[in-house]
Amino acid sequence: MKAIHDRWCERVRAAAADGRPLRLRGSGSKDFYGQPLLPGSGEVFDTREYRGIVAYSPSELVVTARCGTPLAELEAALAAQGQMLAFEPPHFGPQATVGGMLAAGLSGPRRSQAGALRDYVLGVRLIDGEGRALSFGGQVMKNVAGYDVPRLLAGSLGTLALVTEVSLKTLPRPVAERTLVADLGEGEALRRLAAWNALPLPLSASAWFGGRLSLRLSGAAAAVASSAAALQRELRAAGVAVGHLPEDEAAVFWRSLREQTHPFFSATAPAGDARQFAAGVVGAEPLPLWRLALRATTPPVRPAADGAEPASTTDAPGGIAGGATGTTLIEWGGALRWRRDGDPLALRAAAAAAGGHATLFRGDAPLKSAIGAFAPLPPPLAAIHRRLKNAFDAPGVFNPGRLFREF
Amino acid sequence: MSGLAFAPPRFAVDRAALVARLRAVLPEDALRVDEEALRPYECDGLTAYRQLPLLVTLPENEAQARAILRVCHELGVPVVPRGAATGLSGGVLPHPDGVVVSLARLKNILAIDPATRTAVVQPGVRNLAVSQAAAPYGLYYAPDPSSQIACTIGGNIAENSGGVHCLKYGLTVHNVLRVRGLTIAGEIVEFGCAAPDAPGYDLLAVANGSEGLLVLITEATVRLTPKPELAQVALASFDDVTRAGEAVAAIIAAGILPAGLEMMDKKATHAVEPFVNAGYDMDAEALLLCESDGTPEEVAEEMARMQAVLAASGATAIRVSQNEAERLKFWAGRKAAFPAVGRITPDYLCMDGTIPRHSVGRMLQAIADMERRYGLRCANVFHAGDGNLHPLIMYDANQPGELERAQAFGAEILELSVEFGGTITGEHGVGVEKVTQMCAQFTPDELALFERLKRAFDPAGLLNPGKAIPTPARCREYRLARLATAGERGTPCCAPAADDATHDVWGDPADGASAPGDATKTEGSR
Ligand SMILES: Cc1cc2nc3c(=O)[nH]c(=O)nc-3n(C[C@H](O)[C@H](O)[C@H](O)COP(=O)(O)OP(=O)(O)OC[C@H]3O[C@@H](n4cnc5c(N)ncnc54)[C@H](O)[C@@H]3O)c2cc1C
Ligand SMILES: Cc1cc2nc3c(=O)[nH]c(=O)nc-3n(C[C@H](O)[C@H](O)[C@H](O)COP(=O)(O)OP(=O)(O)OC[C@H]3O[C@@H](n4cnc5c(N)ncnc54)[C@H](O)[C@@H]3O)c2cc1C
Repeated sequence: MKAIHDRWCERVRAAAADGRPLRLRGSGSKDFYGQPLLPGSGEVFDTREYRGIVAYSPSELVVTARCGTPLAELEAALAAQGQMLAFEPPHFGPQATVGGMLAAGLSGPRRSQAGALRDYVLGVRLIDGEGRALSFGGQVMKNVAGYDVPRLLAGSLGTLALVTEVSLKTLPRPVAERTLVADLGEGEALRRLAAWNALPLPLSASAWFGGRLSLRLSGAAAAVASSAAALQRELRAAGVAVGHLPEDEAAVFWRSLREQTHPFFSATAPAGDARQFAAGVVGAEPLPLWRLALRATTPPVRPAADGAEPASTTDAPGGIAGGATGTTLIEWGGALRWRRDGDPLALRAAAAAAGGHATLFRGDAPLKSAIGAFAPLPPPLAAIHRRLKNAFDAPGVFNPGRLFREF
Repeated sequence: MSGLAFAPPRFAVDRAALVARLRAVLPEDALRVDEEALRPYECDGLTAYRQLPLLVTLPENEAQARAILRVCHELGVPVVPRGAATGLSGGVLPHPDGVVVSLARLKNILAIDPATRTAVVQPGVRNLAVSQAAAPYGLYYAPDPSSQIACTIGGNIAENSGGVHCLKYGLTVHNVLRVRGLTIAGEIVEFGCAAPDAPGYDLLAVANGSEGLLVLITEATVRLTPKPELAQVALASFDDVTRAGEAVAAIIAAGILPAGLEMMDKKATHAVEPFVNAGYDMDAEALLLCESDGTPEEVAEEMARMQAVLAASGATAIRVSQNEAERLKFWAGRKAAFPAVGRITPDYLCMDGTIPRHSVGRMLQAIADMERRYGLRCANVFHAGDGNLHPLIMYDANQPGELERAQAFGAEILELSVEFGGTITGEHGVGVEKVTQMCAQFTPDELALFERLKRAFDPAGLLNPGKAIPTPARCREYRLARLATAGERGTPCCAPAADDATHDVWGDPADGASAPGDATKTEGSR
């Protein structure tokens, strides 16, 4: 492994010297994410040879793995010890790597309860743009020596450094888990989620789609049972139909959100066609996927330029007016809203008005190039970003233009 | 009085011109210029360092703070942000050529929203005041440093402060959703937002723990946590500190995540008990405080499991709080540990290293050995669940040489923390106190990156200069001194970056194919 590491440092130094950009890539599962990869975005630098779990001590709640380690392998090692990555990172492919997970910085359904990927990053080792091997943070829970570089790298999409090793905080798996489903319209679902949010309920995930609200409760057996009973009582008293999903069905459902294999994400694309799907293509017609991160209490979003809303997203009694389809899927207690429709600029404006931002998560290259995958930064922040890029990668070798076109 | 020198980079400042410019933008009482008015600002909780500032400003709002920064930036004057000055690493120690900006008057809670479980506060709001304001909604602000009656949210963010409930509820960085602030040039910036995952780099994460070197915080949105229905604490006695350390690992290994998991050694409990009458077991070599919170059913379930593990780990006695008054009494001793030790010694230094939990026993033995070598006593209090140690080294500043011995004692603990795979500071920050030990934890290349990172926010290097990051010259001196004295105990700083002795990860047998079984290399739960 040391030989690989040395070779990598050398390769980065050579690329820097020649002014040749490198495109860091684990398995490419997140190639669709961020700015489009245009020709000339660099020679592919495959990280998968540098793999393996370096240290895992369940009683320290810390695992350290090399960047090329398959995420599936890491999660299996934790599961064998009754632990997990609490932020439920999406894989988006069987080969997804730990380095790609960190660089993409994405979190799954449990985020609203357990926190984001960045909340679990304790340490990183990296190679900077001039081929220097550096180490920040470590394997301990609390560490304020120097700036928090490990968290800064989470979500940086490989534009700052080549991450070679990551230390993550692990957590015990919840003892018990239970999923409730209730028939509710969008507005009513959002109102109830907001009210529950202020209570000490063990709500570990929520999702609303097509007139149905799904709630996952996780924790101590007694707490899950009593909270589930309380929620069911409350909903039934309001005349809402409520039931629960069998354990295996529930696991499949939450995984389908985490991995975006749920019909909402793929109904319009031919099954198994990852390339078409990644590009959001239906036949010849592009169908973008928007990710709106908002203040959780924001009422249903109806961007001005968006014309008529489909019936399923309105607040009809019983809520299932549009059947099991719809153009909005809500997660994270209302803070995350996926959309398959809407005018790009109107969505961006609506998100900003709701204290948040809209990401073009999947979309074709021309659209992404035109409006940017991520909401643009205000000028003082953009200036800090450019200088940070320069601080880590002065020669500009890593993933130029992947996060924002400008650097 | 014996004191320590702070030797930051110097700036040529025309004081009279600066005063005139600040007078033009500030109300009369927002500017302090006389020596006697400056005196109260000469230090923070680390009183061994004292320095008079050139001037002190007390802005009443963001606009005034902005005006101050613009003037200082234009004239090239260093700026030191200041909260309640409870910091323990000299973070607010004034710069001799600089202006202190006290945020004490920015103390309004702007909003509390139970539906999003957030509060919007100004930086001078006290930590406890947030919880008090949230209490009517059944909510509180989870990070609870022992200084929470006094310390401010701005200072908490700048230090990424922790408390006794971090293991379950996180540090400050996990509980701050948005920071609004000013760059040294006076530009308004917002890191994070009211929604998750703000676009771009995670500048919010970097602002946490930035020790006033990157941005002057003027507002923050913090996360509030629903108050648990019930909390209960178990007080377990051990006749051996190593066994207590192993019990901590055993609790975590059993899949329990206590709301609090704290440890005190005999010297600490003996200092505390006469002071607060917490009812501690005075015969125990170590006490563990293990808290459980949640619904009554949850607490009952977790408490039973926790007691079983404690008993199996060799606890000689276990007492569980029977009511809220008793729970608070058990905690009162832990929370008063610093002032209690302060009563039995003229002065003390509080260390803040963090180590992997499994090396707690070894560290305590090493500290006992250092007590003999340095001829000083040391009480140990720590956030055991996080592996964060607070050895309190007792000394008398009026005895020649004692401060220096105490410092050398502290430095050795910190270097040992790094050797054990930990860090020189878990929550108190580097400040001026641990600048030199940064050279033990980081290589010159790593420190150079920190400096470049700082310049990305503050190109002129005017925000709190001389703190947190050592200059290359200082590290060269440090390494030469270590080479001369340390002998065989090599420091990581002297080794080439990639072979860094503290991170020996190369050539492990599980290369490539990592079987989960043998991946447990750092044996935590023997
Ligand atoms: C919906 C979907 C379904 C798919 N289905 C399949 C399938 O069935 N079968 C199949 O074979 N493939 C499939 N793919 C493609 C496949 O996803 C990938 O090949 C893969 O799983 C991996 O990527 P990764 O997680 O390693 O991240 P990557 O996409 O490789 O990387 C993500 C980001 O991280 C950066 N990065 C990666 N490593 C590092 C590092 N060490 N340091 C710094 N930055 C780094 C990259 O530059 C990039 O910016 C699918 C893709 C999608 C989107
Ligand atoms: C008895 C006692 C117990 C303590 N217990 C704990 C504990 O349990 N856990 C813990 O983590 N700490 C503890 N501390 C340390 C200290 O209380 C914390 O570091 C606290 O967060 C400092 O807050 P402050 O408002 O006093 O900040 P100050 O001491 O005033 O400042 C600390 C740093 O923050 C910067 N700063 C302050 N305000 C701003 C702002 N608005 N913008 C930018 N930078 C700013 C300053 O420049 C300085 O670098 C304790 C201290 C004492 C005295």
